Amino acid sequence: MIEATGLRKQYGDFTAVDGIDFAIEPGEAFGFLGPNGAGKSTTMRMIAATSTRSAGDLRVLGFDPETHGPEVRAQLGIVPQADQLDEELRVVDNLIVYGRYFGLPLDYVKRRSEELLEFAQLTEKRTARVDGLSGGMKRRLTIARGLINAPKAMLLDEPTTGLDPQARHVLWDRLFRLKEEGTTLVLTTHYMDEAEQLCDRLVVIDKGTIVAEGSPAALIREYSTREVLEVRFGSARNAQAAEAMAGIGQRIEVLPDRVLVYDHDGEAAMSAVHERGLSPITSLVRRSSLEDVFLRLTGRSLIE
Amino acid sequence: MSELLLEAPAPTVRGPLRGIYAGNTRSVVARGLRVIARNNWLIVVTGFFEPVFYLLSMGIGLGALIGGVEFYGTEVPYAAYIAPALMAVSAMNGAVYDSTMNVFFKMNYAKLYQQMLSTSLGPLDVALGEILLALFRGLLYASGFMLVTTLMGLNLAWTAVLAIPAALVIAFAFASFGMAITSYMKTFQHLDYVWVVMMPMFLLSATFFPIEVYPQGVQWVIQALPLWHGVDMIRQLTTGLVQPSILLHLAYFAVMILVGLVFTTARLRALFLR
Repeated sequence: MIEATGLRKQYGDFTAVDGIDFAIEPGEAFGFLGPNGAGKSTTMRMIAATSTRSAGDLRVLGFDPETHGPEVRAQLGIVPQADQLDEELRVVDNLIVYGRYFGLPLDYVKRRSEELLEFAQLTEKRTARVDGLSGGMKRRLTIARGLINAPKAMLLDEPTTGLDPQARHVLWDRLFRLKEEGTTLVLTTHYMDEAEQLCDRLVVIDKGTIVAEGSPAALIREYSTREVLEVRFGSARNAQAAEAMAGIGQRIEVLPDRVLVYDHDGEAAMSAVHERGLSPITSLVRRSSLEDVFLRLTGRSLIE
Repeated sequence: MSELLLEAPAPTVRGPLRGIYAGNTRSVVARGLRVIARNNWLIVVTGFFEPVFYLLSMGIGLGALIGGVEFYGTEVPYAAYIAPALMAVSAMNGAVYDSTMNVFFKMNYAKLYQQMLSTSLGPLDVALGEILLALFRGLLYASGFMLVTTLMGLNLAWTAVLAIPAALVIAFAFASFGMAITSYMKTFQHLDYVWVVMMPMFLLSATFFPIEVYPQGVQWVIQALPLWHGVDMIRQLTTGLVQPSILLHLAYFAVMILVGLVFTTARLRALFLR
């Protein structure tokens, strides 16, 4: 459905995307996971035919977005990082007017807008001004707007960035519904929990290149252990304590605020730490996440 | 979700405009009209009064002292001499207000064109739609002004009815050029440059006195500027002293429209589809 080979984007001396390959299948939820500035948004804009590529090949729904921009955009739903709603129009008019940009008939667009308002849980706000909506409502309206043309694929750039936890869960729920209905979702995120919840398959992207690819579970299996022990000794003593822990678990990672011990059995690792006479201020055993995968692959955290 | 979902129709434009034009300019115009209908009728009319006040003060006040001015060999009352010039100014003002300040806001703050260009619209649809809206405002000002001058008995011949379509041409040219120029502006300060050009052009383009008072060299400069062509064209029509040179004026504006459109489209593409 969407296929890239050797895709590159250069802005002057800066290479935002440095030769990436990926293929997105119909009906799947595909994620680009990486820190800010990794090249995720640039990649999305190239797929969405709102940015040209510097090199490589890209096919979106059978078209080259470079030469068939309007055809490609006609079949995509786009949810940009900044909501970019039309603040001069009321909530429902945002949907109607946007639908008309696609050349859809007015009476159809009007009917469809009401359904989408319902889907986005915004029916009560239908004649409200857009600038008075909360962040979560704006994002849901943007998603509803992106659905007006019954897109073959939905492109979501950082869909829950800047939202509070409750608004994020409401949004995830809506995205799940779309996924269940078979809509292809392509999303970027720097939240590992979001990637784990929503994505069937993802690529980990860093500094414009893909460093790993697979399902969240497979990536965790491949690049991390089943469990992780997190211990804190206070920022001044973490490094020293880590030396004293050498040999415990399969791998030890020292972060400024904590030490991570990777092991298939976190509790056992914890006992081993105590046996060496170390007493951490806090300790916690948890399952491995994509955050650990990213740390393993790049030596850095996702959110810095 | 409904059982029957319509997919967006694929744009059918072929040939050299393929990829930059989807043949859906009307949706851009409809959006603008919806906003006007909802919000700012008052803002729309404010710019209309400026030339009306000039007409009242200069035309009636100064006109009493001056009497008549010669235009293509015929003596014309002063108020009837400046009225068509001010109508051209009306058309220009309306078009320029909209295509500079409003477009600047939509381009840089409301991110409206980014939104439009993430649909199947192409940059030419957006450029043309926004220019038509600016032109609409120019036409509105010019029509209102025409009403005032008709009531004051300042239209001297039947050809004056053609002044409305002529004003449309003028507004189209200024809107198209204005939007192209606005696409290069980065800050609000840059917008001031527009008025630095507009003000002297308004005062010096044979608006209030014949161009013959200038030395030849200055006349050429004035004649190179668009407003002079608009003033002379509308004046020919409202006085009934129509000359062959009217075709030249039309040709001038045709080129201006075309250049503005090509530039605006290219700029929108460069800014939002790069």
